[in-house]
Amino acid sequence: MSGSPHPGRRAALSAQQGGDLSVVGKPLPKVDAVAKVTGRAIYADDMLPPRTLHCRILRSPHPHARILAVDTSAARRMPGVRAVITGHDLPVKFGILPVTQDERALEHEKVRYVGDPVAAVAAIDEETAAAACDAISVEYEVLEPVMSIEDALAEPKDERIQDYGGPNNIHKLVALEFGDVDAGLARADHVREDVFFFQGNTHLPMEQHSAIATYVDGKVTLWSSTQVVHYVHRALAKVLELPMNRIRVIGAAHGGGFGGKTDPFAHEIIVCKLAMLTGRPVKCTLTREEVFYAHRGRHPVLMWVRTGVTREGRITAMHFRTALDGGAYGSYGVASTFYTGTLQPVTYDIPAYRFEGCRVFTNKPPCGPKRGHGTPQPRFALELHLEKIAHDLGLDPAAMKRSNFVTPMTRAVNWLRITSCGLDECAELVLEASGYRHRTRRPGHGMGFAISSYLSGAGTAIYWNDMPHSEVQIKVDRGGVTVYCGAMDIGQGSDSVLATIVAEELGLQPSDIRLVTADTDTTPIDLGSYSSRVTFMAGNAAIQAARRMRSLLVEAAAAKMACAASQVAVGAERIGDFSFEEASVLAEARFGTLTSAGSYTPPKIAGPYKGAGVGPSPAYSYSACVVELNVDARSGLIDVNKIWIAHDVGRAINPLLVEGQIEGSVYMGLGEALMEEQAFRKGLHKWPSMLDYKSLTFLEMPEVETFIVETIDPEGPYGAKEAGQGPLLPVPPALSAAVYDALGVWIDEVPVTPEKIVEALRRKGKGEPARFGPARFPAIPYPPIIKVEPPAKDLDRASTATI
Amino acid sequence: MTRDADRVVVALDVNGEKADLLVPVHKTLLEVLREDMQLTGTKHGCELGECGTCTVLVDGRPELSCLLLPVQLEGRAITTVEGMARGSELHPLQQAFVELGAAQCGYCTPGILLSAKSLLESNARPSRDEIREALAGNLCRCTGYAKILDAIELAADRMG
Repeated sequence: MSGSPHPGRRAALSAQQGGDLSVVGKPLPKVDAVAKVTGRAIYADDMLPPRTLHCRILRSPHPHARILAVDTSAARRMPGVRAVITGHDLPVKFGILPVTQDERALEHEKVRYVGDPVAAVAAIDEETAAAACDAISVEYEVLEPVMSIEDALAEPKDERIQDYGGPNNIHKLVALEFGDVDAGLARADHVREDVFFFQGNTHLPMEQHSAIATYVDGKVTLWSSTQVVHYVHRALAKVLELPMNRIRVIGAAHGGGFGGKTDPFAHEIIVCKLAMLTGRPVKCTLTREEVFYAHRGRHPVLMWVRTGVTREGRITAMHFRTALDGGAYGSYGVASTFYTGTLQPVTYDIPAYRFEGCRVFTNKPPCGPKRGHGTPQPRFALELHLEKIAHDLGLDPAAMKRSNFVTPMTRAVNWLRITSCGLDECAELVLEASGYRHRTRRPGHGMGFAISSYLSGAGTAIYWNDMPHSEVQIKVDRGGVTVYCGAMDIGQGSDSVLATIVAEELGLQPSDIRLVTADTDTTPIDLGSYSSRVTFMAGNAAIQAARRMRSLLVEAAAAKMACAASQVAVGAERIGDFSFEEASVLAEARFGTLTSAGSYTPPKIAGPYKGAGVGPSPAYSYSACVVELNVDARSGLIDVNKIWIAHDVGRAINPLLVEGQIEGSVYMGLGEALMEEQAFRKGLHKWPSMLDYKSLTFLEMPEVETFIVETIDPEGPYGAKEAGQGPLLPVPPALSAAVYDALGVWIDEVPVTPEKIVEALRRKGKGEPARFGPARFPAIPYPPIIKVEPPAKDLDRASTATI
Repeated sequence: MTRDADRVVVALDVNGEKADLLVPVHKTLLEVLREDMQLTGTKHGCELGECGTCTVLVDGRPELSCLLLPVQLEGRAITTVEGMARGSELHPLQQAFVELGAAQCGYCTPGILLSAKSLLESNARPSRDEIREALAGNLCRCTGYAKILDAIELAADRMG
């Protein structure tokens, strides 16, 4: 790769079908890179319009309590205070999913976790607002908190956390079976059961959430560090009881999301309400402690899995159970619950599969989508479980897993459609490069292998509708090319992807393209940056819009050249015989204002069963990983030496950005595997600070060798798939497998900490099972299983296949 | 609530420009830079000295602006990210960060650039481990640190 000082770290980047592309596939700088390295990118908290008021939020000190009275009179009397609001001012409930509208911007009846918002103040400065919050007196009737999955399954001591769901504090139950699991287990030569636990953790974006609102001419404008301006727009309209055309939401420069800024948040609604009341701009930036309470992070999940295999290690059937600790509210939790069961058959060919899932409410900050949404936990369980089965059978774990891999152009037993699939190529690359198969075996040194898959965008929208998921408009005039799209660049480079695609189609450079993104007034709707959807969906919409624009330019140029449109070459800033600008003048004279639009609607490929909406994606990425480490048997301390990761991204539209996503995913997965942990003591978050919530620094992050695999997906833009989430998933199980390889103890729980390793070694020394992890899976009142007939496995013969 | 009695006049030298400011005595350098001087390139991630995001240089050495008071800094040379480029010509570190994709969300980037600038001024050809050591106080959640290390090495090569 040209321009890289470290060409040795990139390999296997195929030139497959990429020869005729001029900017797609090139490691070009991000279009916003200069703004970001010079401090000129404007994040929400950087904005300070004249007369801005500052908002602080009073939050519950109790994990579970009824609100008996709120007295704001003293706060209102304080000099500098301009407005004080409580839940009575914002009583309408909202929530990201239509089925769980269970949140209020401010609660006036009941608080459900330490940090639940109760009142808010707008004042001339932050100190005054904070002092006014202190002056608000709230009378609570404290209730018994529910702090664990086991507690949530039991009869509540006082009352349930939410007034829906059930029995007890159960939020959601699901039970599905594809094919005949009992028969599959009966014909197995070996059946194994295991229990695993994946601890919750949080996104920890470097930027604290921030939002600033104005109210001018009867219209609310909100700038926010959100991942989805459209969903915030919808929630504001509902809670503020305003038509959507009176509200504008703009995504400010974004300081990191990872899923944590995908819900509409209380502070976003509150600043709008305060701006409406005061007629002044109102800003709220959460403190770091409040960011931990906003959360929506990784669900803690208990998992039980039983799998039957043949003597050769081929899977005959699998039964997977999950129990998710959801925290106090719904958030994306119904989807999260399904996601803990949905992607297992997208990596391994499982002939019969039963999934039973359960999400419970607890008095903790609500969990939601974090990078990999609901799938790192079952991936950890599944990979280690198969590893153990291989050991039972005396097989090489990597070889046994490979013998079960899915193949391209098939349907999984749960109806998920698999198109391009570079799983085996990914596995071969990391196994070969790491020397896994020929590793030297010595105590204290180990290697672990794991694989994964992730969606390139959710195939169904958060709220049911038939509209496109991504829309792009292009305007061309003498000022150049402007692209309008609702997609939000959260640092992953989605603006750069849009610019690259439009530049490719119009024969320009990405730096020639002007972008207007994530503004509900000026950009057509895109469902935003979550579920790794932007490259695939907004990318396809951009291709369609750009090709329509190109045909206008080409037709005008052809008329002037007196030739057929097919004879007009596009590229190198030229359209036929003309410069791009000359061609745009010809086209504008011929057609009038030059605009074009494109949109993308995912294919309708969901299976014929209730719950089939979670899991389908137009394409799945695939990853494989090897972790190599040393672990000290006396202290349990782990030293990760190196990680090899291969990722099937379909096509790397910008390999520099793809590598960045892969490396960042590996980093985050390793942090979760080793140390990141959201834990509570008596209703209180144990460490709501960046010092106490451990994450990897420059010193702990090992070398990562990245391989980009290109499989050219049939429906992706230029064949591209996702890169931002999938490569996180195999890291925790590969790490735990490496610990077993080194010391012969299974750590069936994330994070894999020194204490757990030392304890497992102690148990091993006493002749007990050489393992640390949950002892059992709780009894859960799952509903009767819905049996679903599996689809035809070969995609070409599947009647619902759209390709 | 701010009372006038708490305010002091401080003379600050930021990016070579001198300014006399009337600020509350307890207002941090981070807040004064961002709110009183409109130098919003300096970001904040915790305001407790834990994340390194708000790093600026004081007499060439990295310091956390959220833990400093302007009254401590009279006569000291403060450098923020706005002071790195010469006009529109990027500093070699900035240029390398652009070319190698070392800034994703970009929020930790100003602090990391300044820590790296300080390092390269005292050690023109640092080893990878020396870079890691110098930047251990700057957290980044996007990059996995890899491209940042590459970019600092590239800048060191070019500056060397």
